[in-house]
Amino acid sequence: MTPRKKALILPALGRAWLALVLVFLYAPILVMAAMSFNASPFYQLPFEFSTRWYQDMAGNAQILAASLRSVGIAVATTVIATALGTAASVGLFRYDFPGKRFLQVMLFPPIAIPWLIIGTAMLVFFFAIGIGRGTPAVLIGHVALALPYVIVTVTARLSSFDVTLEEAARSLGADGWTVLRRVTIPWIAPGIVAGALFAFAVSFDQFVVSYFLAKPGDSTLPVLIYTAIRKGFTPEINAISTIIIALSMGIMFLAARKARFGGGR
Amino acid sequence: MSSVEISNVTKTFGKARALNDVTITFEDGGFFALLGPSGSGKTTLLRTIAGFSFPDSGTIRIGERNVETIPVEKRDIGMMFQNYALFPNMSVADNVGFGLRVRKVGAAEEKRRIGEALELVQLGQFANRMPHQLSGGQRQRVALARAIVTNPKVLLLDEPLSALDKTLRVDMQIELKRIQREIGITTIFVTHDQEEALTLSDRIGILRDGRLVQVGPPREVYDRPNSAFSAEFLGETNWLPEAVLPGLSLPGGGEGFRFAVRPEALGLSATRPEGVNALEARLEQRVFAGAMATCIVTVQGQPWKLIARDRDLPELPANAPVWVSWAPEDTVAVPA
Repeated sequence: MTPRKKALILPALGRAWLALVLVFLYAPILVMAAMSFNASPFYQLPFEFSTRWYQDMAGNAQILAASLRSVGIAVATTVIATALGTAASVGLFRYDFPGKRFLQVMLFPPIAIPWLIIGTAMLVFFFAIGIGRGTPAVLIGHVALALPYVIVTVTARLSSFDVTLEEAARSLGADGWTVLRRVTIPWIAPGIVAGALFAFAVSFDQFVVSYFLAKPGDSTLPVLIYTAIRKGFTPEINAISTIIIALSMGIMFLAARKARFGGGR
Repeated sequence: MSSVEISNVTKTFGKARALNDVTITFEDGGFFALLGPSGSGKTTLLRTIAGFSFPDSGTIRIGERNVETIPVEKRDIGMMFQNYALFPNMSVADNVGFGLRVRKVGAAEEKRRIGEALELVQLGQFANRMPHQLSGGQRQRVALARAIVTNPKVLLLDEPLSALDKTLRVDMQIELKRIQREIGITTIFVTHDQEEALTLSDRIGILRDGRLVQVGPPREVYDRPNSAFSAEFLGETNWLPEAVLPGLSLPGGGEGFRFAVRPEALGLSATRPEGVNALEARLEQRVFAGAMATCIVTVQGQPWKLIARDRDLPELPANAPVWVSWAPEDTVAVPA
């Protein structure tokens, strides 16, 4: 093969590959979104536009309650995990103490350990110490899962932070809190925002840990969807899933933009 | 404005003595250079005065106040950092006004003082720029304005000009000196650049291994170094070999001293001049540099450096036998 031909064929193969990846990734989602607007409950074609399933869903008290609970837990997780994670990152960045390396290394396994295992372990542990199942247990579990993501994104941003900026602020008379608020946090803000969006997504999309830790009566949205599917599929599920996907993708777009913004300059 | 008094300050990092019983007074309104090789403790001393580092023992007074246990933010100092450390998310005006806002001086007062400080460093029209839109020299000026706008008791400079290129550095030296005179602030700066120390300061302290080895006005330290280390660290030094000493007229002492001659004190001639100290040498190299010329000569097998106005040097071929000479009072004597 001549180099010229090679130069033509390889990019073509690459594009085909990319197209395949995109099809497998997005085709199911697009089909589901389309079906959520199809009048037929049995996915029958021809496509007939209807918002019937969205109306049904809006009238379904169970789905609404689960949605509200999911959003509530996700917001609470985001606030708690972002605050704790940012504080931890700044602490790890600023101070040297015995066991620091160990602590830093121990941040990563929770990202890698399967959620199923973590969920089981948490369930056993929470029962052992008397917390049991329920919304507090779910919240604690979500915060624990989200924390490493926040610390990783904020720490990445902090690694480009010039410590002499803090020294300069202190030399100008600023106390610790003012330095943090006026100098350090503005610098790491893109990392904090990206971390918060990750935390929200980890909690809002969380199925496994929620499934283990939620009481049967008050499940979160992903758990409700799973139970609903087991009982028998209804296009309402397509509708709520479409909404979740739109929300999640919106958040991830924001996170990506923030993270890139943070990396620049 | 205040004087700064350091008494018996010692600081150790692990086993290393960064500062070893340092005692020194920085007079009110003076411009003081701390000079020394890296690891000599000069930066530690500056950071200890600033309050980033606390002495293990000894006292530090700024004005009337003992500050050795007081943290940076309460010491009322101004500091300029090597990399300027301008806040990237704030405009020039906000950078300069940071210390004023922390002190809550009020909006009108803040604005007036920011304006004054920027005028002083000749950056009046740059108030709304962001730091990344400025050149190195301009950032430097912003950093200076920010450090002095709060009227601190003492201004501390950590290798402030090292990031600038040579031409800009000389301009900034003149500028820094002008501003320091204008506001009369006690200034202490750390440098490893001897020329900078000589140009800017009215007193110099030379540090070695955490100890102050010599303190005095630049001319005095240059002309009468109290040790071989000072002599070599400040300026260039041609040491006289033992063997030639008997034939020379040397300043008192004699026993227990080493003698040297600065390159610019030496003259060069084809024949032996009268009435001065003179040694036979061989001309190795002559480097023309416009007004001045540098010659390398060999005296008793040792290379010596000689600096003179180019027009004052005789035309001689390379490797010519020559005489180097100097006035006896130009001999530098240091305790061996």
